[in-house]
Amino acid sequence: MFDVIQFSSLGEFLNMGGYAFNVWAVYALFVVFFSVNLYYPLMQKKHIFSEQKRRLIVNKEMHPKNDDNKEVENLATHVGGEDV
Amino acid sequence: MWLWFSKLGSPKWFYELSGKWLPWLVGPMAFLLVVGIVLALLFVPPDYQQGNTIRIMYIHVPFASISLAFFPLMALAGTITLVWRMKLADIVAKTAAPLGAWFTALALASGSIWGSDIWGTWWIWDGRLTSMLLQLFLLIGVISLRSALEDAEAAAKACAVLSIVGCINVVVIKYSVDWWNTLHQPSSPFSVSNEAPNPPEVWVPLVIMIFAVYLFFAVSLILSIRNEILVSERRSEWVQQLVQGS
Repeated sequence: MFDVIQFSSLGEFLNMGGYAFNVWAVYALFVVFFSVNLYYPLMQKKHIFSEQKRRLIVNKEMHPKNDDNKEVENLATHVGGEDV
Repeated sequence: MWLWFSKLGSPKWFYELSGKWLPWLVGPMAFLLVVGIVLALLFVPPDYQQGNTIRIMYIHVPFASISLAFFPLMALAGTITLVWRMKLADIVAKTAAPLGAWFTALALASGSIWGSDIWGTWWIWDGRLTSMLLQLFLLIGVISLRSALEDAEAAAKACAVLSIVGCINVVVIKYSVDWWNTLHQPSSPFSVSNEAPNPPEVWVPLVIMIFAVYLFFAVSLILSIRNEILVSERRSEWVQQLVQGS
């Protein structure tokens, strides 16, 4: 079924029968969209983790004997950390 | 049954389960994408009318078709939010809106680039194009509505209602090509009643790309939902343990 490559040379492939701009622009858009859509949430996750870690550390320094999670709830206002 | 239902709505449960799902979605997605793109770019015969621009179809059609899923998804999540106040449902609705806007924008952009040569115009106020643009504006509306309302619960309710109403537009998009037949052609790759049905070389890569993009949609949505869960549950014990263990 898929036994014939439709182009005989690389130049012909890149030229896309005169529609190089249209075809490659769409595929380039797709590649950019695809990468950003996967990269951004992964970066965001890293950011969330580091931000939460920082809050936990600050909380321990401020309340060394207090392990209660309730304290962390007030922390955002104490530390003035920005919301993630 | 209710225990199962409340468990399903628990962000922690979803976070753990989706972590197990992800590799099983990413693997097939990557495989199908590579196969689909290679077939679409190299092996699909040029169309007798459109030449090589037919290769744009393998990006445009999957994205356009998955774009239609966002409003029904948000409406379903919104209904669950309104009726059962399930936390997870609102998180799904919240993350789906911006993602849907991007998917719709890509469908519009790829269609526009395709049309610029084949139709000789970048844009026309055709039924399909206009209703699709309306969907983009509606999605931007849902996003703005949520950020405009300070009370999170009120915002969730308002967005749920708007999402349910927005579903009407999906029906319009779907049937627009039959109601107002101007430039945008009706769906043709799968028509069997056609006198000259398309050969498998044309539609098999499209099916592969559609599955690949649907998986991509699932992966992107799950990744965003997981981040949103981490943020909204940051004060709970399990997230703190997760953070400490990392």
